Amino acid sequence: MTCCRTGESRTGFSFYYFRHLILALLFLLGLIALRLFLDSSGLGTNLTLMEEAPSWRHPFGTDSLGRDMLIRTVYGLMVSLKVGLMAATISALIALTLGVAGAIFGRWADLAVTWLVDVGMSLPHLVLLILISFAVGGGEKGVMLAVALSHWPSLTRVLRAEALQLKSAPYVVISKKFGRSSWYIATRHFLPHLVPQFLIGLLLLFPHAILHEAALSFLGFGLNPHTPAVGILLAESLQHLSTGCWWLGVLPGLLLVMTVKMFDVIGAGVKKYFTPYKD
Amino acid sequence: MPSYLLKKSIHFLALMVAVTALAFTLVNLSPVDPVSAYIGTDTRIGLEQREAIAHRFGLDKSPVDRFGFWLNNIIHGNWGESLIFREPVTSVIGKRFWPSLALMGGAWFFSGVIGFTLGLAAGFKQNSWLDRLLSGYAYFLASTPTFWVGILLLMLFSVKLGLTPICCAWPVGLQAGQATLGQKFHHLLLPMMTLSIVGISAIILHTRQKVIDLMKSDFSVFAQAQGVPPLRFLVTQGLKHVSIPAITVHLASFGELFGGSILAEQVFSYPGLGQAAVMAGIRGDTPLLLGITICSALFIYFGNTVADLSYRLLDPRIKLEGVAIS
Repeated sequence: MTCCRTGESRTGFSFYYFRHLILALLFLLGLIALRLFLDSSGLGTNLTLMEEAPSWRHPFGTDSLGRDMLIRTVYGLMVSLKVGLMAATISALIALTLGVAGAIFGRWADLAVTWLVDVGMSLPHLVLLILISFAVGGGEKGVMLAVALSHWPSLTRVLRAEALQLKSAPYVVISKKFGRSSWYIATRHFLPHLVPQFLIGLLLLFPHAILHEAALSFLGFGLNPHTPAVGILLAESLQHLSTGCWWLGVLPGLLLVMTVKMFDVIGAGVKKYFTPYKD
Repeated sequence: MPSYLLKKSIHFLALMVAVTALAFTLVNLSPVDPVSAYIGTDTRIGLEQREAIAHRFGLDKSPVDRFGFWLNNIIHGNWGESLIFREPVTSVIGKRFWPSLALMGGAWFFSGVIGFTLGLAAGFKQNSWLDRLLSGYAYFLASTPTFWVGILLLMLFSVKLGLTPICCAWPVGLQAGQATLGQKFHHLLLPMMTLSIVGISAIILHTRQKVIDLMKSDFSVFAQAQGVPPLRFLVTQGLKHVSIPAITVHLASFGELFGGSILAEQVFSYPGLGQAAVMAGIRGDTPLLLGITICSALFIYFGNTVADLSYRLLDPRIKLEGVAIS
């Protein structure tokens, strides 16, 4: 791939990506700041402020109980982010363990890992999420576990391929001939090499995990009326569709999309930094 | 060829057993008590009767026995009775299969054709305003949840403009058989658009990249050096190279398609398999959830197999015989 975007250097990573990274980080920091400094009193019902259109006082309008939608959206997004980030991390760690184990413990382990990946990928992701959420009895815990336990297959595939390549690298073969244990090889030779791929994979899992958390809570799994995730806000907006309150659905969704996009930008930027020549 | 088919069938059977075992295990982990779920709120049923029901369900046997028993039933076409609809799971799925198929098939077709065409244009005119617009759209859509697109379309076309119905697969108050084809299509339009709008982005980006690579390839440079105009080169020679991987990629996206249809069906209260899966998951209808899970696994497997075969059949450079399957 030859470059052509403005400001892109021959190495592929440049000010262009750096600027995007900074902007994305600033956006996310701003979101967290909003969560910390916004007055949570707007979360209470206020029947004198029902269904108000967006204004300076209430940038996202108010809902049918007079609650401020900006505050609800920011709080909801934080729930989604928290679940998404934790779940993606757990998934990435599972992927790392499986990927390395497949390469270290020989042919049968490798077959087992590829088989697990195949099985994990042979159901639609959303169906798997519903099944896991059902298995642990629903609730917020169900959503969290479902997202955490279902995102590892694709990253496992990447890490396994990488680890297999390392396995036949001369220094690993020599290390083995010198009698180093599998554990030593895994932790001292494989892990340091897999760190970039692992980090990239982890960062690129974030947007997926957040979107899946939103989808599951939208479908009604993990209903928690006290701290509604952003998916629940969007599901609520469907019930008020015919009242003409467009802001209930449009604005929270827009903020969700932008947040996911920012994680995507960060992931893509870091990927470009570590592997400038890969697509 | 026979060895290829044999390998494929063994792989298929093993995968199906593994997937059903996974689904069965997960469902059995659930804290929902199947007997209570079956009885519902009926308080007249005593402890002895509960035990009798548990015995009839085979709940007093070991999980492995139960799985074998259940799988045997599934193979013989006895998929159990849905607790929500109080009718056999096979008939619930049978009724809901066609609306879902129409939705997914239509969306798959349109997103494929339109996405491919747009991808060709974007790749051919790389870095033009058109390319920037289309790539931007595709990247943006990649981080957009399907259900939000559905909500936006519903707001715009159904509430604001009043062009399309607000829910369901046929007019409210009619039975499925009474609605005309036109009415059904009218109700299908918006969910299908939702799925297509989201599904289009992957195929645009894929085709675009393939076209860019193609136009830089040696044989493209050669053809153009001999005086073939770029556009004619793309149409007469390039299309072959670009379309086969596009078809394969699009076929392999059946999983996303099914997931998207669950969300779209939920937004539009469209009575398909996806909506039933959500109901079954929330209300603890184990037989129905398992039934739909099996269907979705078959659906994905079908897509992947056709993708694999299409690659081998359409691409003259790959021969079917003697190719190891991964």
